[in-house]
Amino acid sequence: MLAAYPEGRKRSAVVPMLIYAQDETGAVTPELIAEVAKRCEVEPLQVDEVVGYYSMLHRKPLGKYHVQVCTNISCLLVGGEELYEHAKKKLGIGNKQVTADGQFSLEEVECMGACSWAPAVEINYDFHHYVTPERLDQLIDALRKAN
Amino acid sequence: MAETVKLTINGKQIEAEKGTLLIEVARQNGIEIPAFCYYQNLSLQAACRMCLVEVEKTPKLQVGCTLPVAEGMVVHTDSEVVRQSRKGMVELLLTNHPLDCPVCDKGGECELQDMTFRYGLGESRFVERKQHVDEEQWSPVVYFDRPRCIMCYRCVRVCNEGLDVTALGVGNRGVVSQILPNFHDHLECDECGACIDICPVGALTSGAYRYKTRPWEMHHVGTICTHCADGCRTTLGVRNEKIIRGNNRDSSGINGEFLCVKGRYAFDFTEHPERLQSPLMRAGGRLEPVSWSQALEAVAKKFIEVKQGSGHFGVIGSCHTTNEENFYLQKFARQVLGTKNVDHHRSGDLATLFDALTDRGKVLATVEDLANAKAVLVVASDLAQQHPMLANQIRASRRLRGARVYTVTPGPVREDKNAVASVRVQKGGELAGIESLRDKLKAESDLTIVFGDAIQGESLRKLIAFGDSLGLAVKYICLVDYSNSRGAFDMGLIPRDGGLSREQMLARDLDVLWVVGANPLKEVRGESKAGFLVVQDLFLTETAQRADIVLPAASAYEKTGTVTNVCGEVQKLKAAINVMGPKADLEIMGLIAREMGPAAVRTLGMWLPDKVFEEIRKTVHGYDVPMPVVATGGAAPTMPLNGRVAALPGSISSAGDTLFTSGTLGRYSKVLNSVMESPGALYEEKGRHS
Ligand code: SF4
Ligand code: SF4
Ligand code: SF4
Ligand code: FES
Ligand code: FES
Repeated sequence: MLAAYPEGRKRSAVVPMLIYAQDETGAVTPELIAEVAKRCEVEPLQVDEVVGYYSMLHRKPLGKYHVQVCTNISCLLVGGEELYEHAKKKLGIGNKQVTADGQFSLEEVECMGACSWAPAVEINYDFHHYVTPERLDQLIDALRKAN
Repeated sequence: MAETVKLTINGKQIEAEKGTLLIEVARQNGIEIPAFCYYQNLSLQAACRMCLVEVEKTPKLQVGCTLPVAEGMVVHTDSEVVRQSRKGMVELLLTNHPLDCPVCDKGGECELQDMTFRYGLGESRFVERKQHVDEEQWSPVVYFDRPRCIMCYRCVRVCNEGLDVTALGVGNRGVVSQILPNFHDHLECDECGACIDICPVGALTSGAYRYKTRPWEMHHVGTICTHCADGCRTTLGVRNEKIIRGNNRDSSGINGEFLCVKGRYAFDFTEHPERLQSPLMRAGGRLEPVSWSQALEAVAKKFIEVKQGSGHFGVIGSCHTTNEENFYLQKFARQVLGTKNVDHHRSGDLATLFDALTDRGKVLATVEDLANAKAVLVVASDLAQQHPMLANQIRASRRLRGARVYTVTPGPVREDKNAVASVRVQKGGELAGIESLRDKLKAESDLTIVFGDAIQGESLRKLIAFGDSLGLAVKYICLVDYSNSRGAFDMGLIPRDGGLSREQMLARDLDVLWVVGANPLKEVRGESKAGFLVVQDLFLTETAQRADIVLPAASAYEKTGTVTNVCGEVQKLKAAINVMGPKADLEIMGLIAREMGPAAVRTLGMWLPDKVFEEIRKTVHGYDVPMPVVATGGAAPTMPLNGRVAALPGSISSAGDTLFTSGTLGRYSKVLNSVMESPGALYEEKGRHS
């Protein structure tokens, strides 16, 4: 991966490296931070800063399906907040919590750049537009069944 | 001259170099654009928005600290909308600020206070409860009070860019973002305090200084750090005859704002409880306190007795005492006691350097030369540990002016990180290592070679020959250990004309050994060989413990005089505090001379620093420095390259102090011993924090 960056710019690889690694390990652990720091030739503290900054990087393992509901302004105006409340009830968990079976986790997120199709929900890497509570139920039920 | 542009600020026509930042152009023209996060010589952050200004024909307010000036720009820094925006900024910064100014260390010299006073609204529309977070102790010297932080990132940048340590970072984002130390709940770093110094508010505070005083209750004394040889200027904050703070916020001196942990905190040895307060004399095998008159009389009597009996003297001087004291001491030895046995602990081969470079003009680099060097070669020194200020200077040269750095060292050093090339060598292999860089070095336009004690004698001559063969302008810095190691050599505390070296003196049964501010018996076991041992020091060192008479001496922070730094620059000491028991070494020597009789005093002259310095300027090679420069606190370069210098007997070796040790003085500094990095080690991977 480092080869994709210009000479002397290894630190630019910190974010993608963390994301790929997180996909594999499930969470960003201190060991992972140390390893990424070593590979990108920065201080562990500098990787730590990045982990704290980006909401898609998590220090604790998430559910198999990570449901992210946007409640930022555009989504809020067309029911994002109600959608988020609904998701809490449906999954029985709160913000950044994981269901007992480890299948689902929930997060209230800021704008994901999908305002034009608000309200928006992202499950893992898949975007879902114009989501209503009913549509959310269907999505979650379908995922439950898939297991 | 670079391309210039014409612009208007507040109706004033201004011509400035194209591309300069608006905030700088305004400053140069006496117009203040208030700023928190902008800091000269650090990367741009544009985080605080305090510097917003109005630029005609642009719809929104512009960020003055990142805006390069352009032709025809019309700027208003004091219009109604700018004033309003500043009020808003200050109001926002204060929403969760604790406003505990009455107990905050920074109160009275706080940039947030000043900005609120000048640009603030005077009231706040926020009525919400403030979020309190307890202060955290990150190290014995660094405390963090999070609610006071205004997130300007100056501390992060100075540690990362300035020090190359990267011990501070920013955690989280938005309203919950905060400054973080590198080890979660504590710092492992240089403990230099630069972050505290640069913090515009009282968020980062110093363990040594916090809650001790209000800043306006101190008076400030500008003097020179007494630890390593770099010669940083430090401004000591003094209250009730106690030094409570060291910093150099006014950037006076060759170090700018830089100070390492020693310069900033290790003045505390002055008040160590074991500090000698009264002369001691051996009676019945034990050292007992006596009065000054008894002690001086006894020393004088012994000196006269041995001299009349044609006995043998040995004199070992100090690397911390002033030029005046060193000069007086060697004159005392040579002209009053009649001995050539004069030496000090030599840590760099200045004799060979001066001899090999004689009559070459300006080939000894000053600190400023180092700052302007295009290329620097560091040989056999862990510079960031042993010469913190020179290392800082090189980092700045690289960062700001693109200087190219090379290292040839026995182990990893911090300078490697941004070096063009680094060569690891065994002791003795330095020249081969340098040789391997020949082609690269040849391509440079100039070069400054900074070398440690491994390069001496023949290898130093070879190094200079190598420099000559490159065909470019080469300058040299010969590293020496302490604040006036260089002055000790220059003033003649050396065994020239056949005198005995330090080691030879210690091995002989001399009738009298007189040790001023040194600890030569530290490593020697058993009794002193000397018949009679006189020691002047601050503490009961291993040497003093074996003395017959011990005379308590004042430290550099308690006296006036001059010192010469590693680059041969003379700077003036100013007494910060007065001491009751101890006396300055110069005075002690003068009083011994007086006890010995009028002839001795006539030979030596009065023991007044200014008088002795006058004599130094007239008689010591290269010390005819301009008085106004020295008197006004400047650094005056000496010109020692005139005439051959004979080789000297005895060994040359650095004491190998790290960033956290400083010979005897370091042992008596509580702060230096309290930080977890102490004592540290040279050439260690860990020392680089990466
Ligand atoms: S004390 Fe110096 S090295 Fe330590 S965090 Fe502060 S600036 Fe960095
Ligand atoms: S601690 Fe001080 S220097 Fe650092 S970001 Fe906060 S206010 Fe700025
Ligand atoms: S670099 Fe040397 S002279 Fe400067 S503060 Fe540190 S010990 Fe003192
Ligand atoms: S506000 Fe929800 S995607 Fe932009
Ligand atoms: S000084 Fe310009 S944004 Fe802080």
